[in-house]
Amino acid sequence: MALLELTGVTKEFGAIRALSDVSFTVQPGEVVGLMGDNGAGKSTLVKIISGIYQPTAGSLRFAGNHAHIHSPAEARRLGIETVYQDLALADNLTAAENIFLGRELKRQVGPFRFLRHAAMDARAAELFAELKSETRSGDFVRQMSGGQRQAVAIARTRLSDAKLILMDEPTAAISVRQVAEVLNLIRRLKEAGIAVILISHRMPDVFAVCERVIVMRRGTKVADKPIAASSPEEVTALITGAMEAA
Amino acid sequence: MSISQSGFTNVGRTRFWQRGFLNTQSAYVLAALLVLMAVMSLLSPNFMTSGNISNITRNFSFIAIATLGITLVIITGGIDLSVGSTIALSATITSLTMNALLGAQFYPFPGSVLIVSVAAGLLAAAGVGLFNGVAIAKLKLSPFVTTLGTLSMVRGLVYVATQGRGTFPAGPDKELFLTVTAGKLFDVVPVSFLYLVICALVMWVALNHTAWGKHVFAIGSNENAGRLTGVNVDRVKIQVYVLCSMAAGFNGIIISGWLGSAPANLATAYELTIIAAAVIGGANLAGGGGGAAGAIIGCILIEVIRNGLVLARVDPYWQQTLVGAIIVAAVLVDRVRSSRNG
Repeated sequence: MALLELTGVTKEFGAIRALSDVSFTVQPGEVVGLMGDNGAGKSTLVKIISGIYQPTAGSLRFAGNHAHIHSPAEARRLGIETVYQDLALADNLTAAENIFLGRELKRQVGPFRFLRHAAMDARAAELFAELKSETRSGDFVRQMSGGQRQAVAIARTRLSDAKLILMDEPTAAISVRQVAEVLNLIRRLKEAGIAVILISHRMPDVFAVCERVIVMRRGTKVADKPIAASSPEEVTALITGAMEAA
Repeated sequence: MSISQSGFTNVGRTRFWQRGFLNTQSAYVLAALLVLMAVMSLLSPNFMTSGNISNITRNFSFIAIATLGITLVIITGGIDLSVGSTIALSATITSLTMNALLGAQFYPFPGSVLIVSVAAGLLAAAGVGLFNGVAIAKLKLSPFVTTLGTLSMVRGLVYVATQGRGTFPAGPDKELFLTVTAGKLFDVVPVSFLYLVICALVMWVALNHTAWGKHVFAIGSNENAGRLTGVNVDRVKIQVYVLCSMAAGFNGIIISGWLGSAPANLATAYELTIIAAAVIGGANLAGGGGGAAGAIIGCILIEVIRNGLVLARVDPYWQQTLVGAIIVAAVLVDRVRSSRNG
């Protein structure tokens, strides 16, 4: 049974058709690369799966059930976590506070619930250790490098028991070593049975970790095939339109 | 410590002055305040007398509770220009209710009129906050324009309700009312200062040790991040405006107790002093920064300057000029400091 199944998803913004009749499936534990040029509809697709946009037409099924993902919170509840392209971090909070934003650990004292700072810092430090990132739980995000911010955004998805993680350009703007670490993390997610949709401009990343590649062009899906049956040259041709479909 | 924590040898621990309270604008302003007070006490023998300190304490308590409230709004990146009018509204409603209950011969037990009247005043203030909050969070109106509107609307209502004449606390609980608003504990500590300390402590705990406080900060820095991570941004915003108006309302009730009346023009233009105090104390008008301690430090600084100028027999008209200069200086110091830290 497919973990995620999109059928005929279409999204219109006024007169602009950002997505047109897109269908695909993602199996549990599968790593799928989603590629396409700017404006091809990758981000719109991600936002539909993560509950920010509602499709104009078409339907989603998640874990076999019909899914109405009307908000990011609903997506999270289903087990869909997202690393947003702009990372969605609050600069004036610490790494740990950002990771736990919206799902803080609390201690009940009478009618009040207070934050468990130490527990959250410790859990965040564990997540950073897993990611092999030199990021400290107590540091403010505004003082961090691009790579550290990325680590915070990725660590956030590891907090809960996600079934599917969407990553929108997770390797843009980070160091070479951290790209390798993020790719390793994606492999570890796969081993743990977690499916990943990787949106990336970086061809080597997609070919390094993905089993399947989906190529978008001008709002439509032009290719959906195993990595082994494709090549960077073919994907480039599909993205630019030199090749119509494959 | 750093090595065992992260496993990286080039990641050190931040020095004590680069983190926590010492790394805030509030700390710098506090240092400036202490220097100022030292200079004042050398220049004027009357400055450090218990009577003068008690006066200063009472005077800054008058605006400090409202400053705590507006600090919350400013942290979320908003602004509330209607606090001055709200101060007048709650003072007026409280004293109108006392008069109405007197007329209706309502007095089931001692203190009952006080409780009902104060509740009415706070409720009226909360209504203003609810209006602001809903308009800003749900209808997405600009905080500046919305509260500029309520500034005028609320002041207008106060004039309508009193025909511009102002009202006076009256009735069986009048003495009690004056005691709980303008009295002094052990004849030295103004009760308004006690209320301020309680409000500030509650606010400090809420901002630093509850999820709600983190959401307030997150909204001020990146509202979208809050929405994406499941924070109920609209609800928090409405709560913040209601709390701000209620803080202003509470301040209004205290002021009317000390004046013994609620004139219709009470607290006109106070919003500027209140915002100035918040900003001097480290609240960032761009959103995302501020705190309870800073708000109080800002209020004390303004009041100490005012008091010091009077004691030094300087023309009191210099006061506004100086407060304005300090706003700019405080923001400038913060700017220089944060650009150095990168």
